[in-house]
Amino acid sequence: MADKIIKPKLKTRRNLLKSIGAGTGILAGATALPGWVRYSQAQTSEPIRIGFQVHRTGIGAAYGRWYDRTTTAAAKLINDMGGINGRALEIIAEDDGTDPKRGAEVLEKFANQHKCDLAFGTLFSHVVIGSAPRAGELKLPYFVVSEGHHVASGMLNRYTLQPGITDVKSQVQAMAPFVADNLGKKVTMIFPDFAFGHDHRDYFSAAIEKQGGTVVAKIAIPPTESSFTKYFPKIPRDTDVIYHVMVGPAVLTFVKEMGEFYGPNKPQIFGFIDSLEAVDLNSPGLEFLEGSYFWEGNPRYAQANQSEHDKFYRAAVGVDDNGASVSDPKDVSTYSHMFGCWETLFTIKTGMEAAGYQGTDDRSKLIEAVESITDIPLSREHPQGAKVFNSKTHQVFGHQYISKVEGGKLKLAHTTSIEDTLYPDETDYTKQSF
Amino acid sequence: MDLGPYLLLASLEGAVQAAVLALTAVGLSLVFGVMRIVNVAHGEFFMLGAVFAWWIATFFGGHPAIGFIAALLIAPLLTGLVAVIVDWFVLKRLEYDPEGTIVATIGVLYIIQQVVLMTYGPDARPVEAPFNHRFYFPWFGYSSYKLFVIAAAIAILIGVWMIMAKTRIGLVLRATQLDRETATAFGIEVNRIYALVFGLGAALAAMAAVLIVPIQQAHYLMGGDPLLLSFIVVIIGGLGSLRGTVVAAALIGMSDGIISVFFTPTLAKILATLLVAMVLVYRPNGLFGTRSA
Amino acid sequence: MTANTKSWALHIALLVTLFTLQFVLPAYHQGNIARIMMLAVFAMGYNIMFGYTGLLSLGHALFFATGMYGMGLSIQHLGISPATAFVCGIVAALLVTATVGVLALRTSGVAFMIVTLMFAQSGYLAVLFFGEYTRGDEGFVIKQAQRVIASVDLADATNRYFAALLLFALCIAVTLKLVTSQFGHVLVAVRENEERAQMLGYDTFKYKLAAVLISGTISGVAGAGYGLLFGYVGANFATVQYSIYPLLWVLLGGAGTIMGPFFGTLFMFYLIDLASDLTSAYMLIAGVALVLLTLFARNGLMGEIRKRVLPWLP
Repeated sequence: MADKIIKPKLKTRRNLLKSIGAGTGILAGATALPGWVRYSQAQTSEPIRIGFQVHRTGIGAAYGRWYDRTTTAAAKLINDMGGINGRALEIIAEDDGTDPKRGAEVLEKFANQHKCDLAFGTLFSHVVIGSAPRAGELKLPYFVVSEGHHVASGMLNRYTLQPGITDVKSQVQAMAPFVADNLGKKVTMIFPDFAFGHDHRDYFSAAIEKQGGTVVAKIAIPPTESSFTKYFPKIPRDTDVIYHVMVGPAVLTFVKEMGEFYGPNKPQIFGFIDSLEAVDLNSPGLEFLEGSYFWEGNPRYAQANQSEHDKFYRAAVGVDDNGASVSDPKDVSTYSHMFGCWETLFTIKTGMEAAGYQGTDDRSKLIEAVESITDIPLSREHPQGAKVFNSKTHQVFGHQYISKVEGGKLKLAHTTSIEDTLYPDETDYTKQSF
Repeated sequence: MDLGPYLLLASLEGAVQAAVLALTAVGLSLVFGVMRIVNVAHGEFFMLGAVFAWWIATFFGGHPAIGFIAALLIAPLLTGLVAVIVDWFVLKRLEYDPEGTIVATIGVLYIIQQVVLMTYGPDARPVEAPFNHRFYFPWFGYSSYKLFVIAAAIAILIGVWMIMAKTRIGLVLRATQLDRETATAFGIEVNRIYALVFGLGAALAAMAAVLIVPIQQAHYLMGGDPLLLSFIVVIIGGLGSLRGTVVAAALIGMSDGIISVFFTPTLAKILATLLVAMVLVYRPNGLFGTRSA
Repeated sequence: MTANTKSWALHIALLVTLFTLQFVLPAYHQGNIARIMMLAVFAMGYNIMFGYTGLLSLGHALFFATGMYGMGLSIQHLGISPATAFVCGIVAALLVTATVGVLALRTSGVAFMIVTLMFAQSGYLAVLFFGEYTRGDEGFVIKQAQRVIASVDLADATNRYFAALLLFALCIAVTLKLVTSQFGHVLVAVRENEERAQMLGYDTFKYKLAAVLISGTISGVAGAGYGLLFGYVGANFATVQYSIYPLLWVLLGGAGTIMGPFFGTLFMFYLIDLASDLTSAYMLIAGVALVLLTLFARNGLMGEIRKRVLPWLP
């Protein structure tokens, strides 16, 4: 099975590819004998340093903790496999306080102080957008795990890539056929009055109209809001489906109050799991979600047809079959997002190996190597599913999952194709010089 | 939904917000009025109340009502204790210097937030309501617990008023508020009074938080809004006027609910915010203020 | 030497030191000092109102953000040159400051705090409300090509440092000139006792309004400069946090001193930066440091120096 594990198709550097295949094939053996493999071809004892921009404090802290755990697990595995190009991998984590200003400072610290080879791991879009200009100026490869549309929109630069998680535009448009065919055509959207919410509003409205549906109301909730009941009467009576996506600490209140407002006579409900990420589905007040649908980036509950890869990944990170920490079943993970850290680190590894990465002088070679990746098959390194990387927009595309709440668990109901998530390129970063 | 029922719903929501806000703001108003300091950490005491409530409810387990009642009794006490310690170790040494206390309480805010983040974690956690019946109006459902919050807040406010108006300790507080020097001359130990007031103010915020935490969740960043809102309420109500504080809380809570009926949500927030500013521009001493700030 | 000459000499020495530091500092700290100088301009603007005139505003994020968005939006949507956009930002800040000033100055004390806070909060919400143009909380990037003034690329670390130093030096010169002038003395008189200043025949409203205008505009300069130098415009800079920061920096450095805001900003920046190397609980360290500082250096860093060593410090 070793040859199945990873086989990124490179448009160029085919010769190199063969050696990667052989190199990464060690994975199966290495995981059986952790720590046993030597850093075989070590040309330098210096580790490869990856600066990890993590939301330890501020509004993103609940996500940051799980991004941290996933990253640590992936880095450990990579080191157990023999590191990258024979060198150990060292993760240098710095808190950015979920603040774009501090984020930019942290990137400077990575590049100039810690002498990191690259930076990685940012989730919140405003931190990405605040930091990316500095990454470009510092010529520091910046691998974000944000699901924002900022990378693919062409707003950022050649040094910024998102190869491990799909963007909101592709996620949202892929939901429209399912919603229109199974739930109804008249949709009311409830979203935060943030750029992230506006992306949902704009891309979903366009996509549902293509399916013959309409958005009958768009309710943008101000970010400082902590109670929501007063906004529910704005939902028109003839609504078939409520489409909700909320973020931040008040998400549980939002879902609970929606339940109180409607009681049993509710319309169909379709939500993005962001509304309940890191929240236990069995929290008091969430019973009414039974029978409703959620988008999931990666199914939180282990499914009947769980892949061997998902099983492996869950165990490595320390997540149980319900998507919670193995040490504390109340500690629910951000399962739909954090796989992006895992997959991105392995893509970095593949890219570095293809580029024969030796040190900071090879940063542009690394970016070119990642740009030449196209197909990423389902594997232990990519347990969320197969993906296609678009080198022009620096954005990856992949399957999306729709789950139904049944018996207090999320059960996979539909998997979109990758084609459903594609849209025309909005930029071509490869035309930018380094 | 028709305008009538919508207004009813918005008023109910406004009343819940007003009730909790009034409790929190009365705590700040006491501190402001008696000690003449701006306590920037007031919102963190609110947050501590919610976090303690989660811990207590989890510790007791069993029927949700047991944990809730225990939390309502214990969380304000613990929070008040934290506040007294802050007063004793920091504010007293600063001699309640107005500018110094602002920076020092910002420091306290950071400390409390970080300690909670390290111990309680970054997640928002729910406390189960002691009872959770739903009323069905013809147009919408409404949680009975929210109505209880309004009633409980009113009861606690009446209690505070009784203490201030009818007891010896209330008399001492009012005397200190009016004239600190004379109070000292009459043998009132101002330092103790200050510690008591600071603790009481924090306990009231914590009580408000215990009431709200079955509706919203305990989260380490939840203190920001209550601080801003109660600060606004205290000033709009007029410094040193508890009655003004309560009226202003009702006005702000209700107007926030009702303005949201007529405008898109964010525009409603902008208008409500500007309204507060304009009220003060034309009534700089607040609605019931007698002395200028 | 007169006090005036001494203080000019001291401030010029600070600027020369900062100029020289550019050649010796490692890249990371060079970037930091550039940031700190821009933020210190913000704090110095704040200090004109708070330290010298006794007006405690909780809404300076509005002026900073107006400068930033005035600059950024006009580059983004009007496609004008960065230099013109910079001026647009400053003009926008001046206009907003004038409006807020005229209204807010009807109040005083805590009511003034709330009114400024509320205006700033509306400003923040307006950024979100007009998300179509501002991209809301995410903000937007000002690309490198849009940050070249007179063929000087502001994205380059050295150019950026000197640009920040230039603005900082200008700001030092203007404020120093201001506070040592007759006008500055009247401001201090208003701070100490407004009624007495009125009795002496000064129209204190005019003086306070002038202080607000100068303060808000300098803050706008800082915002426009920060956006231009670091290439990002975002709603975070309009949040209440950025109204609290300048207050904090000024109080730490010493209210009513010219250099205080700079040292307050420097201190706070490195406190967080160094503490975060030691522990992820760096805010705890920052909190404890703030408490200790207020307990043991109540006038702020420069304030203590003025009190103990250099009584002539402006």
